[in-house]
Amino acid sequence: MIITNQQLASSSNHSFLNLNEAISLKKLITNQSIRIENLDVFIEDQHILKDMNLTIPEKNITCIIGPSGCGKSTFLKTLNRMHDESPEVKISGKVFVDDENIYGPKVNVIDTRKKMGLLAQRPCPLPMSIFDNVAYGPRIHGIKKRKAINQTVIQYLQYVGLWEEVRDRVRTSATRLSIGQQQRLCLARGLAIEPEYILGDEATSALDPLSTKKIEELFVKLKEKYTIILVTHTLRQARRIADHIIFMYLGKIIESGPTEEFFNNPKKQLTKDYLSGSFS
Amino acid sequence: MKYLEEKIFKIIMICAAMLIFGVLVYIIATVFYRGLPALTLDMITKLPGGGFYLGKEGGVLNAIVGSIYIIIGSLIISILISVPLVMYINFYLPAKSVFASLIRFSLDILFGIPSIVYGAFGFALMIFLGVRASLLGGILAVAMLIMPIMMRSFDEITRLLSRDLPDALLSLGATKYEMVKVILKQLMPGLVTAILLAIGRGIGDAATVLFTAGYTDNIPASLNQPAATLPLSIFFQLGSPVEEVQNRAYASAIILTVIILILSFSARYFSSKFSKHKI
Repeated sequence: MIITNQQLASSSNHSFLNLNEAISLKKLITNQSIRIENLDVFIEDQHILKDMNLTIPEKNITCIIGPSGCGKSTFLKTLNRMHDESPEVKISGKVFVDDENIYGPKVNVIDTRKKMGLLAQRPCPLPMSIFDNVAYGPRIHGIKKRKAINQTVIQYLQYVGLWEEVRDRVRTSATRLSIGQQQRLCLARGLAIEPEYILGDEATSALDPLSTKKIEELFVKLKEKYTIILVTHTLRQARRIADHIIFMYLGKIIESGPTEEFFNNPKKQLTKDYLSGSFS
Repeated sequence: MKYLEEKIFKIIMICAAMLIFGVLVYIIATVFYRGLPALTLDMITKLPGGGFYLGKEGGVLNAIVGSIYIIIGSLIISILISVPLVMYINFYLPAKSVFASLIRFSLDILFGIPSIVYGAFGFALMIFLGVRASLLGGILAVAMLIMPIMMRSFDEITRLLSRDLPDALLSLGATKYEMVKVILKQLMPGLVTAILLAIGRGIGDAATVLFTAGYTDNIPASLNQPAATLPLSIFFQLGSPVEEVQNRAYASAIILTVIILILSFSARYFSSKFSKHKI
């Protein structure tokens, strides 16, 4: 359980809340996970996500699978409120992250996004050096001390296994890295904002098999500390790394469950058809 | 038949390319042929002396300095207005915003307005405010002239930016302003192209500055003094019956061309310095 200083500070701002209460508040939000209730998403007149209800278990890898256009990516975007940028998207329902509805009236969208590290389909390094790419998040979130930033950058570059490869050229452009390296850099950049969740939107679909393997290994390593939600097109990938599977079709959750059970013993006919490759 | 088509079309294409190249060579050749002999050190270091327009000694330093003042001043004003506007309609307004299309439409119209209209408008405005022809008036009128060009071309380049970069920044928890700061780094070459187009139109235009900046044989010492400009200087010299003075007009044209080249190269140089990490 991580409680941010901000949360503690805001709770201690209330004079009626003493230290004990602050601690009990801390206990209250120990259930660090994502719970979704009656989520509906419309884009213009299209009903994209239909009455989704689910809980995403913490410190696990949850893979969302389903054919193209079933709403996987739309769903992922509702988790870090990236739909805020598109006024034509209407969202109803509740998304609880750490027991707080992120679509509630008092929620700061920046705080929500800071909790979610996003790894996009194509790596998109920022137009700056390798070092500054990783340092960007900590910097905009208020870390000024050079030493602290240096430490963070090295730590996360090491974590994604990039440090040894780039240590003598961290001041050069991030774009000179190979695409697989770029994706690991983007992961390091996302981790440097110290999120609690990692969202991956087909994060390996643009990569070669070797880079894919590296990213997958990282996800498995990361689930000790983070709750990971991945959208994937490859069933084999889901099978390799996921703990839980959510199968979506036409904006609805058809079936979900632990990986083994889901693949070996699917309950719905639609799931069986999808797994056997009848449609994709 | 097919081959004939192919051949005819190829000939048309080659002719078009040659025509453009030929025109350019012809213009440059004329300007240099007539201007180069008249291009003396005096031309760029001296103010017009008495009787300069009748063939006596002097130079066009007044116009060189005036033109540079006016273009730099108007560039500063237009950059300060264009960048926020383009960022606003691209990243703050929603993708299908009616207001954004209204702005783009207005810019297209402003873009097509002849420069003499900007000059007349500036002049009318100055009369209304009780200001006489001055450096400031010229700067403002030229700024009005080049702003639509700068905005529209910068906007076109900004629209080509893939959504990946803004999304990546926002998902890191950046505010819109923090996002725009990084995007501007990426867009720097595009901004420079827009600036170059604006320079090209602004520095060579005579009609805007005719009433607004006026003309003088001196270098303006403050914003409310009139300023000479190279296009007007060329115009007055060409109007002279003395051939020597006409040749000096061509020499002034060479100077104008060189100034544009210097501005272009330095803009490109600084842009590559600022955007060495561009994706």
